[in-house]
Amino acid sequence: MRIAVLALQGAFIEHEQVLQRLGAETFQVRQLKDWQQPKDGLILPGGESTVQMRLLSKLGLLEPIRQAVASGLPVFGTCAGMILLSEDHLGTMDIRVRRNAYGRQLGSFFTTGSVEGIGNDVPMTFIRAPYIETILSPRCKAIATVDGHIVAARQGNQLATSFHPELGDQQSTPDMFAGSGQPTDDYRFHRYFLDMIHPS
Amino acid sequence: MNERQNLNRQLAQMLKGGVIMDVTTPEQARIAEEAGACAVMALERIPADIRAAGGVSRMSDPKMIRGIQEAVTIPVMAKCRIGHIAEAQILQAIEIDYIDESEVLSPADNIYHIDKTKFDVPFVCGAKNLGEALRRIAEGATMIRTKGEPGTGDVVQAVSHMRLIQSEIRRLVSMSEDELYEAAKQLQAPYELVRFVHENGKLPVVNFAAGGVATPADAALMMQLGAEGVFVGSGIFKSGNPAKRAAAIVQAVTNYSDAKLLAELSEDLGEAMVGINEQEIELLMAERGK
Repeated sequence: MRIAVLALQGAFIEHEQVLQRLGAETFQVRQLKDWQQPKDGLILPGGESTVQMRLLSKLGLLEPIRQAVASGLPVFGTCAGMILLSEDHLGTMDIRVRRNAYGRQLGSFFTTGSVEGIGNDVPMTFIRAPYIETILSPRCKAIATVDGHIVAARQGNQLATSFHPELGDQQSTPDMFAGSGQPTDDYRFHRYFLDMIHPS
Repeated sequence: MNERQNLNRQLAQMLKGGVIMDVTTPEQARIAEEAGACAVMALERIPADIRAAGGVSRMSDPKMIRGIQEAVTIPVMAKCRIGHIAEAQILQAIEIDYIDESEVLSPADNIYHIDKTKFDVPFVCGAKNLGEALRRIAEGATMIRTKGEPGTGDVVQAVSHMRLIQSEIRRLVSMSEDELYEAAKQLQAPYELVRFVHENGKLPVVNFAAGGVATPADAALMMQLGAEGVFVGSGIFKSGNPAKRAAAIVQAVTNYSDAKLLAELSEDLGEAMVGINEQEIELLMAERGK
């Protein structure tokens, strides 16, 4: 399986590391010629959505990606990636998103929660995160909520989270860095995404 | 590392592959955001003007920083003086997204840096070699940048610092485990962090380039040397066409190894900032705080 990872800005390497551990092949998309390679799925990583949107349109990637996703290419967007999939952006997912919904960096937090189709105690790292304000059509389904807000959704070939499942894979840090409370081997979300491409 | 520090380290991860721009007004902040900055650094005077004005340089007026926070939706950073605990507390009180404990301002303490583990907001610190970088990380910095020589428009110092840090990392990786204790002693850095670098071949936090970046080519150079993103200070708003130059630098950081694209991006940018050569500098900011 070959997964395209949008690599314009943000935490794309972290996604690649998780996918590679799960046996998938990845390649980075930095411009149109990268995008034209064959692929089975697409990752839209965390970062700054304003930067990524600007670069997508400058590099002529916006329309090709929109068309591919609209015609069924499996896609997984995290944080900024979720914003890219929402209305007023790529607009392929029927969701309205509130940016910086938890405020500035002091509002960033870590928690665990249940996700429909994935399980319980899923680690959720929210970094200046958005959440889904409204789901705009019955085609899209909320699969996780935190404090009454929708933080993950699925619409056919599209999967989006407010939080960062890719950060569960951070390399373990020395003693003085220990105790962050995060598991380092929770790949359930990426496995779920790969199963969307080829059910195992 | 506690949970808050981990979240702060992770915000830096989200900034990777991006450009952080110095701005002095809400108007400049909007231009920077529009051009694709992944964060802005709010300060009253950019380093080139701090250099020109001389005298003691301090934290910016919180009201001015607030104005910039209201103008943009991207993260806003601000600088406090090295060792100035109270300035850092004030910046935390106005909910800044990242504090730069910066040698660009006049140091408030000639010996001690801030104990950054006591704060909830994240800190980025400058380093010109691996020892400095690891000492700042031990104090709680969750992001590192090269010091470079700010406000000069001369990239030579940022290049030296990035090359030195990378080569010191390679040296640690090549050592046997029993050599690491002596290496920690020489680097004047905690053994646990030295060991982390030995095992992982990189710093435990994100490492950006800063100090003297003025052109898309400068930014691409720093990325090719291993920077994970770039700070641009005086280089943008001291140039002829800030909006265009800023957008070009943003694209250069994303596609830093595509020389053809870099050539297009470097066209018609107007006048670059007037640089000061290394030999002409009277004040070496990089020598502040070790």
